[in-house]
Amino acid sequence: MVGGVAAGLAEHLGIPVLYVRIGFVVATWFNGAGFIAYALMWRFLPLASPELAPGLEAASRSGHRTASSETLRSADVIQTVAMLAVGGGVLWLLQVWGLGVGWALLAPLLVALGGMALIWRQFDDATWSRWMFQNTGFGSVARMALGALMVAIAGLYFLTQERGWTGIADIVSALGVAIVGIVLILGPWIYKLTTELSAERRERLRTQERADVAAHLHDSVLQTLALLQKNAADPATVATLARRQERELRDWLYGDESDRGDTLVAELKANAAEVEADHRIAVEVISVGDAILNSGLRAAAKAAREAMVNAAKHAGTSRIDVYVEVGAESADIFVRDRGSGFDLAAIGEDRMGVRGSIIERVERHGGTATIKSAPGEGTEVRIAVPVANRDSSERESRS
Amino acid sequence: MSKLSVVIVDDHAMFRTGVRAEIQDDVDVLADAEDVDTAVAAIEEHRPDVVLLDVHMPGGGGTEVIRRVHKRLPETKFLALSVSDAAEDVIGVIRVGARGYVTKNISGAELLDAIGRVAAGDAVFSPRLAGFVLDAFAGTIEVAQIDEDLDRLTAREREVMRLIARGYAYKEVAKELFISIKTVETHVSSVLRKLQLSSRHELTRWANDRRLI
Repeated sequence: MVGGVAAGLAEHLGIPVLYVRIGFVVATWFNGAGFIAYALMWRFLPLASPELAPGLEAASRSGHRTASSETLRSADVIQTVAMLAVGGGVLWLLQVWGLGVGWALLAPLLVALGGMALIWRQFDDATWSRWMFQNTGFGSVARMALGALMVAIAGLYFLTQERGWTGIADIVSALGVAIVGIVLILGPWIYKLTTELSAERRERLRTQERADVAAHLHDSVLQTLALLQKNAADPATVATLARRQERELRDWLYGDESDRGDTLVAELKANAAEVEADHRIAVEVISVGDAILNSGLRAAAKAAREAMVNAAKHAGTSRIDVYVEVGAESADIFVRDRGSGFDLAAIGEDRMGVRGSIIERVERHGGTATIKSAPGEGTEVRIAVPVANRDSSERESRS
Repeated sequence: MSKLSVVIVDDHAMFRTGVRAEIQDDVDVLADAEDVDTAVAAIEEHRPDVVLLDVHMPGGGGTEVIRRVHKRLPETKFLALSVSDAAEDVIGVIRVGARGYVTKNISGAELLDAIGRVAAGDAVFSPRLAGFVLDAFAGTIEVAQIDEDLDRLTAREREVMRLIARGYAYKEVAKELFISIKTVETHVSSVLRKLQLSSRHELTRWANDRRLI
C-alpha cells in the first residue's frame, strides 16, 4: 500500500495480495528482514507502466482525458493497518520476551533503515540514477565507501561477537547488514544491465515502428483526401473512402495490440474491411474475447465473410452488424442485416452460396450454422464452432 | 410536449456545428462548449436537460466535466459521444455518471432518439458499449470478492446485452425475447447501475489486459 510492492508482487506471482502482505509482516519478525526486503524492492523493482495506444497516450499528455486513478478501497486500508498493528504487536512481544534481537541492535538498525528510506525517496529519479549509476566521480566513491563501510562494520561485529546459539540471531542481522552493503556496491550494475538495456532496445524498436506507421498513415490520409476531392460528386464512393480511412486511423490510434496478428477478431475485422471496400456498405464488428486462429475458426471466419457478402449483395441495406463472442468452449459469430430478408423455405436446398460456403464449411469443423430470416425483417446468420486447443494457443499468444 | 434542451460539448468546432445543424429542429440547443471549464460554466448557466459530451477534450475530458457538475445538478443527464473506442475511457465516463454512449458516426435520427431516451432517465447502449460491458463482466473473479448483486449480470441482462451487441434495437430485443420494451429498458438501466456501482476489480483494470480466450 505504501509503495505498491506487495500488490506488484502479488500480480507477478499470481497469488492474492493478502498472502504477500502476511509474508512481509512475518518476515519482519526475523530481525526486520521483511522491512528490508520491502524497502529494497520498492527501490529496485521496475515500475509497471501499461502501454497505451498512441492516440490515448497523446490524449493523456495533452490532458484530454482523465487518467484512471486507482482509488484506495477502505477495506484495503483497514486490512493493511490491521496487519501492521498485528505485526508491530508481535515484534514488540518478541522483544519483551527477549526472543528477538537485542534492543541495542534493533533500535539503531531501524533508525538507519528509516534514514536510508527517507534519503532514497527524496532523490528524484534523475538525481538518484546520477548518484547510483555513475561509475566515476564523487557519487560513485561515496557509494562505494558507504557500502564498504557497512560490510566492514558487519564483519567486525561478527568477529567480535561471542559464538553460541544465542548469538545466531545477531549473526543473521550482521549478515543482513553485510548483504545490504554488497547490494549497494554491486546492485546498480546488475540492475542497470538487466533492465535498462532491454527497455531501451524495446523503446527504440517501438519508436521506429510507430514512426513508420505514422508516415504510412499520413500518406494514406493525403491520398484519401485527394480521392475525396476527385469523387466529390459521388456520395457512395466518398462514404466508402472516408470509412476506410477512418477504420485505418482508428485502429492505429485506439486499437489493441491484440487486434493485430492471427486471431479470430483480427481476421473478421480484415474480412469486414474488404467487404466494406468491395460492396460499399458499412460493416460494424463488435467482439467479446478473442482466440488464436485454428482451422475451425478460420473456416468460421470464411463462412462469416460469405454471410457478409450475401448481406451486402442481396439485403439492400447500408449496414451490417457482426458480433463475435469467444467463450470457454465455443466461438459464436452473428452476422445481421436489417435488409429485405427472404423466405427460407423458398430457396432451393441445393443453393450453393448458402449451403456450401456457410453451413457445410462450418459443419465440417464440428460447428453449426443457422440462418434466420423472413421477408422484410432482415437476416441473421449464426455461426458457432468449438474452440479447440484453447490453453496451448493462449499461452503462445502471451509469450 | 416542450422541446428538450441540450448543450453540446466537444473540442472540434466543425463537429459541434454539424451536430447542431442535425438536431436543432427537434431540440433546443442552448449552448456549446469546447473544453472542461467552458462546459461546466455553460451547463451551470443553462441547466440543460441533456449534455452531449465528448470523451476526450482539453482539461481532463468528459469524465472531469461530469465530476464537477453531476453532484450539484443531478437532474442534468449526460450522453457520451465519441470517436474514441478506448474501452477504459468509455467505461470511465459511464462510471462517473453518463447515462449512455454512442459513437460519432450515429445518424441524426438515432441521436435524437438517444437524447430522448437519456432525458427520460433510461440508458442508451450502443452495440459497442454492450460489447465492452460483456467483456468487463466476463471471466472469473475470486469468489470472496463477489458482491452478488452488483458484480454479476443476470442471465437475462446478459441476453439483452448480447442482442444489443448483435445490432438489435430495443424494440427488436423485446420482440426476440417476448418481453415488453419497458422491460428491456429496465434491464438496460440495471446493467448501467451495475456498471457504475460495481467495485469489480476487472472494471478498473481489464482494459489493460484484455483476456485472450
